[in-house]
Amino acid sequence: MSNSILELEMLRKNFGGVVAVSDLSLHIEKGCVTSLIGPNGAGKTTIFNLVTGFVEPSSGQIKFAGRRLTKMKPHTIASIGIGRTFQNVQIFPKMSVMENIMVGRHLRSRAGIFYSSVLPPFLRKEEKKIQEAAEKQLHFLGLAQHAHLPAGSLPLGNQRMLEIARALALEPRLLLLDEPASGLNARETIAMGELIEKIKQMNITVLLVEHDMELVMDISDYVAVINFGRLIAEGPPAEIQENRDVITAYLGE
Amino acid sequence: MNHTDGAFVDVLQFLIMGIQRGSIYAMVAMGFNMIYNATGIINFAQGEFVVLGGLMMVTLTMAYNLSIVFAFILTVLFLIIAGILMERLTINPVKQPTVLRLIIITIAVSIIIKGAAMVFWGKGSHYMRHFSGTESLDFYGARILPQTLWIFAILFFVVVAYILFFNYTMTGKCMRACAINRDAARLAGINDRKMVMLSFALSAGIGAIAGIIITPIIQMDYARGAMLGLKGFGAAVLGGLGNSMGAVVAGVLLGILEAMGAGYISSHYMDAIALVILLFVLFIRPSGIFGSSEAMRLKEF
Amino acid sequence: MKGKNSAGFLALIIGIIATPFLVTNDYYLGVLIFAAFNSLACIGLCLLMGYAGQISIGHGAFVAIGAYTSGILTAKLAWSPWLAMLCGILLVIVIAFCLGIPALRLKGHYLAMATLGFASIVHIVVVAAVDLTGGPSGIVNIPRLDLFGYVLNSDRQYFYFSWGVVALGIYIAFNLINSRMGRGLQAIHGSEDAAASLGINITSYKVQVFMLSAVFASVSGSLYAYYVNYIDPGPFDVGHSVLLVTMVAVGGLHNIWGALIGAIFLSLLPEFLSFLSEYLEAFGIEYQPDFDTLIYGSILLIIMLFLPEGIFKGITGSMGSVVSSVKKSLGRTAGREQ
Repeated sequence: MSNSILELEMLRKNFGGVVAVSDLSLHIEKGCVTSLIGPNGAGKTTIFNLVTGFVEPSSGQIKFAGRRLTKMKPHTIASIGIGRTFQNVQIFPKMSVMENIMVGRHLRSRAGIFYSSVLPPFLRKEEKKIQEAAEKQLHFLGLAQHAHLPAGSLPLGNQRMLEIARALALEPRLLLLDEPASGLNARETIAMGELIEKIKQMNITVLLVEHDMELVMDISDYVAVINFGRLIAEGPPAEIQENRDVITAYLGE
Repeated sequence: MNHTDGAFVDVLQFLIMGIQRGSIYAMVAMGFNMIYNATGIINFAQGEFVVLGGLMMVTLTMAYNLSIVFAFILTVLFLIIAGILMERLTINPVKQPTVLRLIIITIAVSIIIKGAAMVFWGKGSHYMRHFSGTESLDFYGARILPQTLWIFAILFFVVVAYILFFNYTMTGKCMRACAINRDAARLAGINDRKMVMLSFALSAGIGAIAGIIITPIIQMDYARGAMLGLKGFGAAVLGGLGNSMGAVVAGVLLGILEAMGAGYISSHYMDAIALVILLFVLFIRPSGIFGSSEAMRLKEF
Repeated sequence: MKGKNSAGFLALIIGIIATPFLVTNDYYLGVLIFAAFNSLACIGLCLLMGYAGQISIGHGAFVAIGAYTSGILTAKLAWSPWLAMLCGILLVIVIAFCLGIPALRLKGHYLAMATLGFASIVHIVVVAAVDLTGGPSGIVNIPRLDLFGYVLNSDRQYFYFSWGVVALGIYIAFNLINSRMGRGLQAIHGSEDAAASLGINITSYKVQVFMLSAVFASVSGSLYAYYVNYIDPGPFDVGHSVLLVTMVAVGGLHNIWGALIGAIFLSLLPEFLSFLSEYLEAFGIEYQPDFDTLIYGSILLIIMLFLPEGIFKGITGSMGSVVSSVKKSLGRTAGREQ
């Protein structure tokens, strides 16, 4: 597949004696929404952590847009264009909604400690740019009316939106969403689906871990099924729904 | 006596001094470990327990003329009560503990103990009579005080008691269970809060013993807590935080290195030697010489 | 700076200008000058503890390094005080960098102990390196500071100068907090994982703030040396590092104003207590300066148990809740009227 943006090759991760990800190979196609599904503990979040550098692979490699990610630190991986959200929402609760997103502009601005602390007037232009970009994201996600509230005070649905807005502020080429719909009600889930569609239209590749099958089948272009750290099936949603192995994995024997 | 004999005697003398100092560090480190295992907290007042034990003993033996054995028991009991009070009054009530807050709380307790010690015992250092005379014995040419032998014996006794307690008594086993996995221990019906209190009690008690046995030699004063605590922590880290047998070996090792350094390098920088070792261990191998780095990563600080 | 903070800053400036007119006693003015030194060190420490979430029980060592660099270079080598102060700054930047890189990988308790160990080592060296530091007898004949060729001789002049530096320190601190870097630091405090996922290099940020806070401490040490003109190891023991942490924690970890208030409060406390002792004597209680340590510890413990956000938040928080409850009840009556 020449059109793939992320390639996992024989990826393996052991935690002590436990194999979380087992010799997994997977190619993620550029511009698509790809979903990773599988039972709890199948290794999906570990794959996210491997891709974003939070966990080092035991063996195998990961390539993003042709570059090997092995041994890169999470912040370096962010800088080459991979954004992510977390399963247990990780917003900065004491900062305002606006500030949360402004943190997302970190890599698109440059001020260092000296100018920041001693000569802020020189940074006014950059600050203004950061603010404008953050406001754009706020409007895009419909969070503008909450801009100055502390992020921790938002309801969970909005916190998940905020986390995505913050990752989008990074202007990533690949966005990893870890269970964005978990804990959301039906209306919020629909809104989340629409948002993911919009993100796809912005030409950002989305890799999704999600348990809500309706949402997954609705918005995914491609689905990969993981169980016990292994890839047991992959293909378009319609095909996966028919797959016997998948049904077994979910329903048991 | 020829030259090589002189060198040998020096080494032996430093070794004895080192083990003597190290015994104290080992016991301070064991105190750190007990509280750490039960709570994940490093008690910054650990050195103050030692000071308080020493000063209490001075008063009981010198001012009230109690017998050593009786004063020993009273002092340990007093410190055990102090440990329980510390846990009940300052650790237990904290409902949303953050590491930073807990550190500062134990620092506050250490300042209070230090301040109280200064008020009650003054700024001077206090002499206390040795357990059994000051006539030093000859050991292959090196001199050894009876008090030093007492220190070795009591360290040995403490270590044996420690092993027996944690391996063969129900309470000790419960404390170990809490150390390994607090939630699981709680599910198994262990009262984890009680174990935390007990760990403070035992830790203060062991600190008291360390203070009691070293005071005749170093002449205790109110300000020694920080340094004793730091070096004891050095021993605890060197031995692998939470591993008390490792701490004993590391404590003795640290004491020997310190005594050798003081003898052969510079006595002015003696106190710095243990601290430099502490920093090196923290920076290069925070899991200690006996700990595995894999296990270290699982610990939360 | 914006909003409440610039109002606070204005109040501070007015306070600084007015104080020497209100406090005419040289002794008390001197106490306030010492409060300025502590405030400066505490502002830096607050950036590290409150905003980057890293504890250091070793900042007294940076104060000592600043003071001794200034003392040695001016008194022994007759350098200009300004140049000596700059050397102190550069020296602590280098030391904080070398110490920070390994130390800041450590968390919580380990970092606290590592910095405490560092402070002890510096104190031991200061006492033992007699040739360099004068050992226990210290360094004498440190010159006063001059400003554009004008020597700051009177306490009033030094008061304005040192508090001016504190104001500058606060200005710098607020600039930093409200900058890209400040947001990055608060993000690290909120969630290290999320901060890293947004491209923030956590270690680098922590080390940079550590260095900046060390500079604050170093300048405070230099100013101290130029004020008292004599330094010995006494004030630079581990207790001083602990005192700085106490000041920040008592005032409020997460707020620069809190650190400032904590520093001023605890710097003035001994004076207040000795003032109080005259009244206590009437009740048969004889107060001695020896009680200070005990009282510091008790205040710290009480604050940490009952007001973990510090005095500043405690006061503004309760004021805020009064205001909001008043507003609420006003709103309710207004609602009823409609």
